[in-house]
Amino acid sequence: MGEFTRLATGGRRPVRAAAIPGVAYILVILSVLFAIFASGFTSAANLANIGVQSSILLLLALPMTLIIMSEGLDLSIGAVLGLAGVVLALVLVRGGGVALGLAAALAVGFTFGLGNGLLVAVLGMPPFVATLGTLGIAQSLALVATDGQSVVGIGDALPALYTSTWLGIPFSILVGLLAYLAFHFLLYHTRFGAYVFAIGGNREALRLAGARTDLYHVTIYVLGGLMAGVGALLLTGRMNAGHPIAAIGMEFDAIAAVIVGGTSFERGNGWLPGSLLGVLTLGVLKNGLNLLAVPSSLQVVSIGLLVIVALLIDSIRGRA
Amino acid sequence: MSASIPFGGLRSQIPSDVAALGYRLLVVALLCAVLALSSKAFLTPSNLLNVLRQGSLVFLLASGLTLVILTGGLDLSVGANVGLSACLAATAIKATGSVGIGVAAGLASGTAIGMLNGLLVTWMRIPPFIATYGMLWVVHGVTYWYMAGDTIHGFPPGFRALGSGYFLGVPIPIYLMLAFLAAGGVFTRYTTYGHEIYAIGANAEAARLSGIPVWLRLNLVYILSGAMAGLAAIVYLARLNSAEPDIGEPLALPAIAAVLMGGTSLFGGVGSLSGTLVGAIILALVLNGMNLLAIDANWQPLVTGVVVLLAVWIDIMTRQRAGSRA
Repeated sequence: MGEFTRLATGGRRPVRAAAIPGVAYILVILSVLFAIFASGFTSAANLANIGVQSSILLLLALPMTLIIMSEGLDLSIGAVLGLAGVVLALVLVRGGGVALGLAAALAVGFTFGLGNGLLVAVLGMPPFVATLGTLGIAQSLALVATDGQSVVGIGDALPALYTSTWLGIPFSILVGLLAYLAFHFLLYHTRFGAYVFAIGGNREALRLAGARTDLYHVTIYVLGGLMAGVGALLLTGRMNAGHPIAAIGMEFDAIAAVIVGGTSFERGNGWLPGSLLGVLTLGVLKNGLNLLAVPSSLQVVSIGLLVIVALLIDSIRGRA
Repeated sequence: MSASIPFGGLRSQIPSDVAALGYRLLVVALLCAVLALSSKAFLTPSNLLNVLRQGSLVFLLASGLTLVILTGGLDLSVGANVGLSACLAATAIKATGSVGIGVAAGLASGTAIGMLNGLLVTWMRIPPFIATYGMLWVVHGVTYWYMAGDTIHGFPPGFRALGSGYFLGVPIPIYLMLAFLAAGGVFTRYTTYGHEIYAIGANAEAARLSGIPVWLRLNLVYILSGAMAGLAAIVYLARLNSAEPDIGEPLALPAIAAVLMGGTSLFGGVGSLSGTLVGAIILALVLNGMNLLAIDANWQPLVTGVVVLLAVWIDIMTRQRAGSRA
């Protein structure tokens, strides 16, 4: 398999990891700036806060990395997270346990992930338009299920789980870390991971080699849906309620984190640790701007500018 | 696939174009029949004019988008563009009392966003869907910051006439729609610019090699898409008589749906503005029908999303059939 991996990835992976990526510079520069100008940024409580706030984004950025590596995109992932959260909250309100609620949220995520995967991989639709369509569907269902209102009264079990710690590590950071390890193993140490590189890099060669390309391609989108389901667990626990439009726009943060992390839309060129750094960069940026009392509307603008800066750095380094 | 179309392809394509338009008009007729049977309120002159007015708004937004999609690109920022342009136009009218300056502000804002999109796509070589998607959120953020929770409402009658006025019993936006359909039709079919836009969408590399200034033409279509979003913002603002930061958001998906439903291919090089007009009317009929049948407005994104998916699926099937015939 080692030989196949190297062929499928064009030997790109080791080269990529050896260079210091642009995102590392951005993260360090931002952290230093906020440490100087935003009082309270470096306190232990605030740093832990950044970790907690970044965990949901990490859950989405991990599968988004694989999706973008496959020359795809998932614009629906935020709306699906919102719908899964609403379903989870409704299950809890009706007295189902957290386990049943999570199962329902995962089922919602799986269904939409499968739908996205089939539209993109089997029907051959351009991913950004296919997932724009499913975004509308997920958003509608969340609004109709709740009549546009928050779902409150979800009981104590999920908030208690969310605020629990293990060896001093908050639950959400733990979930984020486990998810990262799982995706890292999946991408770099399994046959599936090698295929993910190949689907973006040279799909036709993979097909001719006899691999069930479509199956793996669909699986990438299913992972996106499932992680949206897990993210719904954290978001609902954090908000102590299910809200139909709470997660709208989260897909933009996830895509931004992946791009800032150095994964590109071309030729299966992806790097999972970069996405982790990208998520932390976005977390640091939002947290620092919050401390500086910059309104959240301008934080969105700053993320857009961050993406442009990251792409500029990439293209300058690419030319050099 | 598109590379295999021979030089005679354009002529042999015309009958299938007509047939495709015929299918879509059939959809319009069927929708009308179903709605007429299920709601007495449908076949009244005022409701039919209402459908056309709703369709004209979507068409104005979708017409610029059609040009972008003809080049094989996409502009996801048109809805956010409408939001910011409407808010800036509203501010300008309130500040100066002049309708002309308000209209100019809306058009300038829309055009400026279009220029930025064009530069991101051509100069920075960011894939169009990701560049305009990022622009969507940047413009969204700027609009919310600028409005800071405010709403601007109450505009002079001269301005409101642009969206809710009548001339000879027909709403003014419908005249705008017809004027831009005619102008756009001439532009796409009878000018070199138009032919070059189709050529870029069919095969950008071949277009570049045959001396078409691809870079400039791509900038042009994004600028036109932005300018049309600015115009749509003005008409929409004049109709609502109230500017809020999120007024454009519900328009983006319907505009994309109208273009695709009108037979313009996401893969570039195939489509027409008249198709987009029919697509916009199909969409307006569906939304009007949901209104008349008192269906919860929360279902609208779902219906529009399904329309988008259906349209893309039809596009792909058509291409596959054309490919296997060739």
